[in-house]
Amino acid sequence: MSDKQSLASIEPSANTGRRMLLLAGTGVVGVVGAGFVAWPFLASWNPSARARVVGAPVEVFIGAMEPGQLLKVVWRGQTIGILRRTPQMLEALDELKDELRDPQSTTPTQQPEYAANLHRSIRPEYLVVNLHCTHLGCVPEFIPEVGAQPFELNWKGGFYCPCHKSKFDLAGRVYTGVPAPTNLIIPPYRFTDDERVLIGMEPEGVV
Amino acid sequence: MMRIFLTISMLWLAMPAWAAGGDNEYIEQSGANVENLASLQRGAATFANYCNSCHSAQYMRYQRLAQDLELTEAQVEEFLIFGDRELTDYMKAAMPGESKDWFGVVPPDLTLTARSRGGDWIYSFLKSFYMTEEGWNNTVLENASMPHVLWELQGIQRPILETWTDDSGEEHTRIAQFELDQPGKLNAREYERTIRDLTAFMIYLAEPAVLKRESLGIWVILFLVVFTFLAYLLYKDYWQDVRK
Amino acid sequence: MAKPASSLSRSAGALGNWIDQRIPVSSFWKAHISEYYAPKNFNFFYFFGSLALLMLVNQIVTGIFLTMHYKPDAEMAFSSVEYIMRDVEWGWLIRYMHSTGASFFFVVVYLHMFRALMYGSYKSPRELVWILGVLIYLVLMAEAFMGYVLPWGQMSYWGAQVIISLFGAIPVVGDALVEWIRGDFFVSDATLNRFFALHVIALPLALLGLVVLHLAALHEVGSNNPDGIEVKKNKDAQGRPLDGIPFHPYYTVKDIFGVGVFLTLFAFVIFYAPEFGGLFLEPDNFNPADPLVTPEHIVPVWYFTPYYAILRAVPDKLAGVILMGLAIMVLFIVPWLDRSRVKSIRYKGWGSRILLAVFTVTFIRLGMLGMSEGTYIQTLESRFWTFAYFAFFILLPFITKYEKTRPEPERVTK
Repeated sequence: MSDKQSLASIEPSANTGRRMLLLAGTGVVGVVGAGFVAWPFLASWNPSARARVVGAPVEVFIGAMEPGQLLKVVWRGQTIGILRRTPQMLEALDELKDELRDPQSTTPTQQPEYAANLHRSIRPEYLVVNLHCTHLGCVPEFIPEVGAQPFELNWKGGFYCPCHKSKFDLAGRVYTGVPAPTNLIIPPYRFTDDERVLIGMEPEGVV
Repeated sequence: MMRIFLTISMLWLAMPAWAAGGDNEYIEQSGANVENLASLQRGAATFANYCNSCHSAQYMRYQRLAQDLELTEAQVEEFLIFGDRELTDYMKAAMPGESKDWFGVVPPDLTLTARSRGGDWIYSFLKSFYMTEEGWNNTVLENASMPHVLWELQGIQRPILETWTDDSGEEHTRIAQFELDQPGKLNAREYERTIRDLTAFMIYLAEPAVLKRESLGIWVILFLVVFTFLAYLLYKDYWQDVRK
Repeated sequence: MAKPASSLSRSAGALGNWIDQRIPVSSFWKAHISEYYAPKNFNFFYFFGSLALLMLVNQIVTGIFLTMHYKPDAEMAFSSVEYIMRDVEWGWLIRYMHSTGASFFFVVVYLHMFRALMYGSYKSPRELVWILGVLIYLVLMAEAFMGYVLPWGQMSYWGAQVIISLFGAIPVVGDALVEWIRGDFFVSDATLNRFFALHVIALPLALLGLVVLHLAALHEVGSNNPDGIEVKKNKDAQGRPLDGIPFHPYYTVKDIFGVGVFLTLFAFVIFYAPEFGGLFLEPDNFNPADPLVTPEHIVPVWYFTPYYAILRAVPDKLAGVILMGLAIMVLFIVPWLDRSRVKSIRYKGWGSRILLAVFTVTFIRLGMLGMSEGTYIQTLESRFWTFAYFAFFILLPFITKYEKTRPEPERVTK
């Protein structure tokens, strides 16, 4: 290739096996190294120690709640609802099956295992639920009244999202035919005694 | 070429030693070891019992202590937290108001003292309290408004003075050494260990990342050495093409 | 390329052509990387150009991530740095990469500049490469100074106080200028906020632009080398310099090796000596800024101390500032001060060698004096070395013009 007379500085040897091996070796180690370097930068976006402290479990006093009352608290910036359901409300849960997308709460991401039951709670009476709509995150209105509503003629009481018209029943289960894909999320929680619930902490014995 | 490189890097790595000369003659080496977990734990207890009631460590959470010093949360709550503070709280002073009334100043925050003053300074300071007719004083920090809070442990020292003459013939007195006037609960060696532990803890307190930093560093450097070695071989291989 | 190409590489080639007809990617690659012919005799000192680029990237990337957690607010700045050091995952590492990176950047830049002085890389036709380089150095100093203010510790605060006050030495407008820079009647939140904006956006943009120009100028005239002769004078039939080798792969693999050695040292400091004995992170800067308490001993970070020593050596405010400014500005005219027939120190006479050696000692000694407490003896010594500093530039034209040089070789030596 090169003119012998000119004595160019480069006399390329063929790409020998050794050179290929070294290229591959240096390349692989370099790419792994770049990955190691990238990791701390990506991880720095995780919630910091301070965010975790601010996001610590929240204890709520529920001893003074009336039947049918909804209490809203904030945990990790999310609106969490605590609903003390009346016996009538609990009875109505069973009747809705055909109109719901997931009446048996089979989607594991939407509730801890200990809340994957008909009433979606540890104690049937108390529903603890993350109120943000599973569609795009608005907070649905709590409409406990049974009867005709502008958005539903045969309303059995539940949550109605004003943003995109999603409907949920009094266990946070999503209706069919609405944009929200799944039931409302049940956060981890435990009862510390009969009058107090700790939101954000799994019940004792649950990992 | 390699020789130039080595000379420069040696000179340059030797620079901090030259830059970090202390100027107080009473500063001595603490020998604190921040990687000794037991020492850190003892230091934390001393800090909580003797320092933290007046001095804050406002950037440090008890929770972090539990994690880094391998203590259970129950242990931290029992031995390190006084008053109605939570595990997730910062280590704020238990009674900052009272201490301002007593000493006339708010006792400074101690989170970063080991970085602003250095571990040796802390160690020497805690060793150098002495009693005169006017009260407590300290050779490392003269006329400090802080009394000797560890005096029950160390005992009470009195200064032994000596006079010396400077170049211009003027006479000065200075404190040559201390004598123990009234012994404390600990003997000299035990007291030195106590404040060495406290110093180690305060070095950790000033930079909690020090534990991870020092344990991780060696692996990063080893990785880079492997990479550099491969890159060297690759460089030499390619440069066989280059006519001298 | 005689072998039949697979359909995959054929379509890759087609895509490449499609792009090349619209934006000159491959011709750029050829012109600046794969067919940029660099002299084959680069030595140790030629690592520092690419290392400076590496440090620039390091500072930008770590800086972007620090900006995500830092608060440019006089009330919150100090504690937000501690937040980064304690609460942000790996925040301490990113911060140390940035703070250590600043010092390493200057180490690299000083060695890069020393290389230019040694081998005459500023001489015709590379005057603009040098001038753009000095501009980079100036912007870098401003960048580093403003970055040092951000942690809002005692040294940040009082450093800003002292440096901004330098402008007060200017007759007539000085005081008004100082007030305008601070945006307040003392160094305050307003000052911090504007320095933050300059540090994270304005100066890095200027720096990047200047670096592009510096490289464009370099690639126009070609790289100098330790022999200081033009490799473009001897070309082969295809017009390639006989003593040149393509930058890629030969200098890319060599630089990767250099990067490995450099990063090993860098990692050592980050993990085992991030304060570097108080040179990279000063002890007093771990005390929050306090406008009521002046530290006993205010010193800038090490890379500014040579100029600081010159400032302190002069017993007059205005003259001190002028001399300090002159000490930096004089660098711009170095290409015209050197009157030698040859570029490299290898073929210059003993006069030039001694001159450069004395200048190197002078710069280091001034740096050390700038860090000292500034006692009477040290001030006297600083005056001596300040004199020596300027003597270099005054003697340079005479010595280079009249000294006996050795003949340059026709082709590069090893």
